[in-house]
Amino acid sequence: MAKTILEFEKPVVELEEKLAEMRKVSGNFDLTDEIKLLEDKVIKLKESIYKGLTRWQRVQLARHPERPYSLDYIYLMTQDFIELHGDRLFKDDKAVVGGFARIDDYKVMIIGQQKGRDTKSNIYRNFGMPNPEGYRKALRLMKLAEKFNRPVITLLDTPGAYPGLEAEERGQAEAIARNLLEMSQLKVPIIVVIIGEGASGGALGMGVGDRILMLENTWYSVISPESCSSILWRSWDYKEQAAEALKLTSSDLLDLKIIDRIIPEPLGGAHKNHEEAAIMLKKALTEELSQLIKIKPDKLVETRIEKFGKMGAYVE
Amino acid sequence: MAWFRRTKENISPETQKKDLPDGLWEKCPECGEILHKKQIESNFWTCTKCSYHFRIGADEYIRLILDEGSFKEMNKKMKSADPLGFVDTKRYSDRIEQTIKNTGLFDAVKTGTGTINKTEVAFGCMDFKFIGGSMGSVVGEKLARLADKAAKSRIPLIIVSASGGARMMEGALSLMQMAKTSARLSVLDREGIPYISIMTDPTTGGTTASYAMLGDINIAEPKALIGFAGPRVIKQTIGRDLPEGFQKSEFLLDHGFVDKVVHRKDMKHTISQLLELMT
Repeated sequence: MAKTILEFEKPVVELEEKLAEMRKVSGNFDLTDEIKLLEDKVIKLKESIYKGLTRWQRVQLARHPERPYSLDYIYLMTQDFIELHGDRLFKDDKAVVGGFARIDDYKVMIIGQQKGRDTKSNIYRNFGMPNPEGYRKALRLMKLAEKFNRPVITLLDTPGAYPGLEAEERGQAEAIARNLLEMSQLKVPIIVVIIGEGASGGALGMGVGDRILMLENTWYSVISPESCSSILWRSWDYKEQAAEALKLTSSDLLDLKIIDRIIPEPLGGAHKNHEEAAIMLKKALTEELSQLIKIKPDKLVETRIEKFGKMGAYVE
Repeated sequence: MAWFRRTKENISPETQKKDLPDGLWEKCPECGEILHKKQIESNFWTCTKCSYHFRIGADEYIRLILDEGSFKEMNKKMKSADPLGFVDTKRYSDRIEQTIKNTGLFDAVKTGTGTINKTEVAFGCMDFKFIGGSMGSVVGEKLARLADKAAKSRIPLIIVSASGGARMMEGALSLMQMAKTSARLSVLDREGIPYISIMTDPTTGGTTASYAMLGDINIAEPKALIGFAGPRVIKQTIGRDLPEGFQKSEFLLDHGFVDKVVHRKDMKHTISQLLELMT
């Protein structure tokens, strides 16, 4: 597959290419100093570019087609993953994956929203847009986790719940609503991580938990910038303004006290180094797990309900 | 260029379609019947000919469902705080102030307690007039407190929904209201306190995907639009026309997502009877 290079990544890529060329010819001449100089320059450039990204640019990073997806993280950071299928009601939704796994010493239930990497796999995964059976599959797995007292980890990465005719027939709204209610009462710890796109109810339908974490270059909001632009500006051209207005990045959500923690990504984004990204995610998960497993089930549920109760801003 | 052109103004179709005078008369959008406002009102705000349900606000539902004068409003003056400093073509804070001025409402839901044939209930009613009945922090907080009231006093909860979904201008905070309200309803669920959800035209998006669909009993008014995604978005996505009656109350009844489609004139009686049987 051809590499995808975002507009703002171009200067870095150009320098990196130059560096690679230099390394190639360095067998013939001694270019150690020049290479060192250029390497420093690349790092500095990266730091300055990625620190100053606009919200829209972060959205683009969150959607980067080479980003690690749920199954990538699962394979990179867990052992003994056994994928489980089906909602026992209608079918197996390929946009949602999940099963038992081991993260270090923790036996967990890990569930993710799954995108495809190319056209064929994207059609198979429905571009990561779950149907009602996806939410019901997730709920079945969570109930299973509760039954055997295993913490639940959900990885969110969806452009939205699928807006299709059959999805409505089978109760997309009911499936999401049911999960919100059931997840509120689940008697085992739930850690939610936004690993890419957290689009509205489609993400939240698997997103009620005791800890809400976000990878650095991800977004989470009530609507995508494009749809927001089309509704409020009545044109698709204001997506950048919409992204700014929606305050949808990880640091925005930390400020709004919706999330608990930002998980850093490798310099340049998670797509630059899947292994390193998985190590950082795993570290955060094990830290949170070690805290959460100590809490008694009733207290866990009570605190979770209070946690969401505090979200919002109003004047009386 | 057309072959024939009308030049005389007096026979253009517009002159015949003139609006009805003085705002006392209304045309039924469904069957075209001309009705006097008083006639509509005395018929539970429905068309006398075809039963079309006109869109009405929270005050009308309070009159329709609760015993006269029994409603005691809670948290009446809670207002949005514009947490994002949101600006689109207008400032959100200006939009809020303007809407408060125009509608006399403080946000898109009224909550409180009242009685239905003398049974005390916690009652919440959305109002589509207020920014499309959109759910932001105020709607979420007021409904959450209403659910708490129902839990604490052990009285049934009734919520009438009329909403385009979550309010964009409060971003992720609006989204979280879905989780907040559902979490509080989960407490009622656990405690065995009845919750009846009434869906009216329209109930879509995040509202449907949270409290509106979580009733022990889900009731819909006839022919209301109820769904998750809007029909236009679905049509665009699947690239074909939607079937007749898609996402209407009767469609949801047929697919098993509402218990009953109830005409407005029977709403109070139906709720009362249900509560009688359930509690």
